[in-house]
Amino acid sequence: MAKQHITTTINGEEAEYLCEAQETLLDVLRDQVGLTGTKEGCSSGDCGACSVMLDGRLVCSCLVLGVEAEGKTVETIEGMADGEELHPLQQKFLEEAALQCGFCTPGVLVAAKALLDVNDDPTETEVRYWLAGNLCRCTGYDKIIRAVMDTAADLRGASA
Amino acid sequence: MSGMRYEAPGSVDEAVTLLADEKGVARVLAGGTDLLVQMRAGMISPDLVVDIKKIAETKGITANGGGFSIGASVSGAEMGEHAELTAAWPGVVEGAELIGSTQVQGRATMAGNLCNASPAADSVPALIAAGATCTVAGPNGQREVPVEDIPTGPGKTSLGNGEFVVDIKLPARPAHAGDAYLRMIPRTEMDIAIVGAGVNLVLDDSGTCTEACVVLGAVGPTTITVADAAAALVGSKVDEAALAAVSAAASAAASPINDKRGTVEYRTKVAGVLASRAAAIAADRARSK
Amino acid sequence: MNEQAKQFKFVGTRPIRPDGVDKVTGRAMYGADLTLPGMLEGKVVRSPHAHARIKSIDTSKAEALNGVKSVVTAADMPEAESKPVAAGEAMINFRDLAENVIARHKVFYEGQTVAAVAATSNEIAERAAALIEVEYEVLPHVIDVLDAMKDDAPVLHDHIFTGGVTPKPEKPSNVANRVEFALGDIDAGFAAADIVIERKFTTEPVHQAYIEPHAVVADMGPDGKADVWCSSQGHFMVRSFCAGLLKIEMSKIKVSAAEIGGGFGGKTTVYLEPLAIMLSRKAGRPVRMVMSREEIFRASGPTSGAAMTIKIGATKDGRITAGDATLCLQAGAFPGSPVGPAAMTAFAPYDLENVRVVGFDVVSNRPKVVAYRAPGAPISEYAVESVVDELASELGLDPIEFRAKNGAKEGTQAAYGVKFGTIGMQETLEAAKATEHYKIPLGPNQGRGVATGFWFNIGGESCAGIRINEDGSVSLTEGSPDIGGSRASMAIMAAEVLGIDVAKIKPSVVDTDATGYHFVTGGSRVTFATGMAVVDASKAAIDELRARAAKIWDVDVDGVVWEDGHAKPASTNVGDFEPMSLAEIAAIANKTGGPISGHADINAKGAGPGFGTHICDVEVDPDTGFVTVLRYTAVQDVGRAIHPSYVEGQLQGGAAQGIGWALNEAYMYDEDGKLENAGFLDYRVPVASDLPMIDTILVEIPNPTHPFGVRGVGEVPIIPPLAAVNNAVAAATGVRFTALPLSPPAILAGTGAGD
Repeated sequence: MAKQHITTTINGEEAEYLCEAQETLLDVLRDQVGLTGTKEGCSSGDCGACSVMLDGRLVCSCLVLGVEAEGKTVETIEGMADGEELHPLQQKFLEEAALQCGFCTPGVLVAAKALLDVNDDPTETEVRYWLAGNLCRCTGYDKIIRAVMDTAADLRGASA
Repeated sequence: MSGMRYEAPGSVDEAVTLLADEKGVARVLAGGTDLLVQMRAGMISPDLVVDIKKIAETKGITANGGGFSIGASVSGAEMGEHAELTAAWPGVVEGAELIGSTQVQGRATMAGNLCNASPAADSVPALIAAGATCTVAGPNGQREVPVEDIPTGPGKTSLGNGEFVVDIKLPARPAHAGDAYLRMIPRTEMDIAIVGAGVNLVLDDSGTCTEACVVLGAVGPTTITVADAAAALVGSKVDEAALAAVSAAASAAASPINDKRGTVEYRTKVAGVLASRAAAIAADRARSK
Repeated sequence: MNEQAKQFKFVGTRPIRPDGVDKVTGRAMYGADLTLPGMLEGKVVRSPHAHARIKSIDTSKAEALNGVKSVVTAADMPEAESKPVAAGEAMINFRDLAENVIARHKVFYEGQTVAAVAATSNEIAERAAALIEVEYEVLPHVIDVLDAMKDDAPVLHDHIFTGGVTPKPEKPSNVANRVEFALGDIDAGFAAADIVIERKFTTEPVHQAYIEPHAVVADMGPDGKADVWCSSQGHFMVRSFCAGLLKIEMSKIKVSAAEIGGGFGGKTTVYLEPLAIMLSRKAGRPVRMVMSREEIFRASGPTSGAAMTIKIGATKDGRITAGDATLCLQAGAFPGSPVGPAAMTAFAPYDLENVRVVGFDVVSNRPKVVAYRAPGAPISEYAVESVVDELASELGLDPIEFRAKNGAKEGTQAAYGVKFGTIGMQETLEAAKATEHYKIPLGPNQGRGVATGFWFNIGGESCAGIRINEDGSVSLTEGSPDIGGSRASMAIMAAEVLGIDVAKIKPSVVDTDATGYHFVTGGSRVTFATGMAVVDASKAAIDELRARAAKIWDVDVDGVVWEDGHAKPASTNVGDFEPMSLAEIAAIANKTGGPISGHADINAKGAGPGFGTHICDVEVDPDTGFVTVLRYTAVQDVGRAIHPSYVEGQLQGGAAQGIGWALNEAYMYDEDGKLENAGFLDYRVPVASDLPMIDTILVEIPNPTHPFGVRGVGEVPIIPPLAAVNNAVAAATGVRFTALPLSPPAILAGTGAGD
């Protein structure tokens, strides 16, 4: 079976790649496109390390076929900062030490941004359930949850 | 797995033809949250994957005559965002939204959950309790099938060669109707149900239950519809005595197995606990409408 | 805090970690993120059986497959000699390590490696792996630790005769070793007791469950030199093990430390690395290998499950008179469970006159255990702390006061041989008792549990280099993989000593060619030991800076002091010189003798023991057995928090892991000895919605042997949660559970509500 030619938009730029039908979007991003910020932790949709946005919807890229991205938009951790300027979530995670090993961090950040995009004032419980699919083994989640809520508060303050 | 083909047809007929003509193993791809996991684990190696998400009939949620038609490629997240559906069928939406994480919710579909035919499928008990039907398309045209007729055992369905589910239909709601779905998992998220219980009921103006359906998941090879539990609700005010009878009937009807997720004793007991709790929630919802 | 602020300029502050931006932008390179030109992908063939003899391996079909570049079996590997080596904090036999990397004659657990293959793509490598034909003679297996100790149990290794007993046993068994630690006279102690409680406990093996899979890229050229890139808790460990297993000189293997996505002890040994080097050597191309999550669960990790008996006696007024423990720990397929530290730590939080702890190291057909955060201690201290709590309850005493009354203090003789110096056990109890949390009223079906924990903490070999750059910035090199923010701590300590801004210092974890031997990142040793090396290296650099200033000023070096980042005359007698900053001296270093640096290669001693006390509130659903953790507070003597945020993070993360261990994590086997839950779906680590905020209190009783008072902090926090949760569940349900995990079915079975 010949590889399929896929045209998609990744982090705002048109991208093309060749992939086999059974390859996942995660494999394609890491191995074909060279975006290794999206991590593989389980390849079964249980850890969230491979979280990306697909047409504005938060998904595990390990549960999407690379061929499904044809004509769609994909956003990864590499597209989160605006050049040198970090996204407020990225900055807050640094300031509040909301990461230890950092391996789950890209997925957590992508998922947290997706939350704040639809809910600018989430409760602790909402943040915890929204991020329940992002396993972190280092932090006990405490500082992650606080950083997300503090970022939301900052963004509300900035727009008020 | 090498040589797998991927097709994304634009019509029901094309999809049926692709599926029917495939000599090897064909699989339908909607959300893919079960299919890709099974492929990765080497449980299946499809020769053909037919992505149905480009077919118009599988997209969107349509309200018609008080009921709803939910396309087979509609994700749990889309359902949760649909205010009318969530207001009318909160239990069905709860069931669909309990499938996996936020990420999985972005992809997973009720039709996929139904056709994966896991006895522990979270969206199925509430769908059956709701009296939902589904449209099955196949080489001989389309047919409407009650959802409980689709799964026939763990991993097995009644779908014939070339057939797939196009949409799921929920009936119109009378006044004072409510539904609920509860499941037991060892964590708060990210698990397969040890027990699930869906309840749908209707009250009259005085608060007496006139119709009820109680369905259990994960306590048998397929879901179990507990007629005795429904009978205990009908004619009652869904009071403590009725809920106790629901609990007893559900525990009596459960026929679970011991496995890594739970014991027979545990599942039997908790089937009753969840059925009565779900009935109480459904009744509260019905009373508020 | 005020006192600290006066005392230190940078220690105790919370700067942004030097590796932070890379880690929030996806730029940081972990094990699997490296791609080299011409790189092959490697896969492993694993045993489907729990115990079997390998009759033959036929690799011909795999080798014939287009795209396959090399295949490795044990026949390609040198025979390893039998000798003990340190693996993390435990000792293992080198021959066992070799067999765990690739099976030679027998397989001892489902998932053990029997062959490896490298091909031009993952898909071809997977197909090739499936083409390797292994003929097995399946043997009877044994999974449970007590079953494995029975006389009629299948014996895994004919060469194991129980060590630590005399006379030497006449026949081999699965009991590899017996250890004993004793103090005083336990018979007299129990005779003096008014109350004696004896309970049997079990715990299940739990996995470290780091989110990053094991991953390596190895590239070996025809000249016999290998470059290895991998995520591990010690690239020097990787070098040492690979050199030994493959019989290559250490100088010919360069290992670079990828960023590591969690380890918790689980990455203190090798699995893929020697295979990747061998595959690369045979193929003449770089090879990458990455474990799947399923492979991680089946073939790496976990820590031991255990069966234990604990007996403790006390007087009516609350004085513990004796403690007796028997600990049987699973080692997995090869000897080397953490039964030693489990036995040493069991009663260590207490000042007891009469103690006996006997431990057994038991092999069975499970993956070989490897270190997991405070190896052994959570297991034994869970059992002891559960009985201590029951005693306090029976005696009608406050559980914290009961612990304080019996708690270890300066001068306490521990049964494992040490007499404690300055320790903070009592202070953590006092701080816990003073919390608001401890006073919050509880509702129905709710309970509060308290438990303490002790860990030795360790030192060991570390090196550091401080290079003063021409512009006054500083490059700091060391070789301890940064698993949770240690670069930040190193930079802070160097800044404090050098007296320059922490932002001027760039710390790097450098490869094995660029610094000296480091023991693994483990045992809570890095901030202590590598920190000491950094302090020493910084001081050496200061000596050189002073010497340069002395040269410039033409005075004796003793006449120059270093204060606040400047060389200054020691007194007006030396002369009237303007202080010279580090940057000013650096700028003209070429005129004063060349580049300026400081180095320290040390073997750190004097790690300060760590103690912690945790408080846990739970609510138990009486009808489903579901346990909700409502509140959690972790108090710990941390010596001195260099970067308090990351210290708090250690406490929070350890507490979360301990809560997972207590509630839902466990290895589950079927009748054939196959693991039933090799994935994150059914191996249930806590998710965000399972936990409350985890409050922390950092008690600072400085460790007198460290320049800033550092005690290791990473291990202690995983110890108390098991008993804290268990004791809270007991308070909520009125039932004393003696088995982990406390899953909903187990709770309901225990309370009788499930009948």
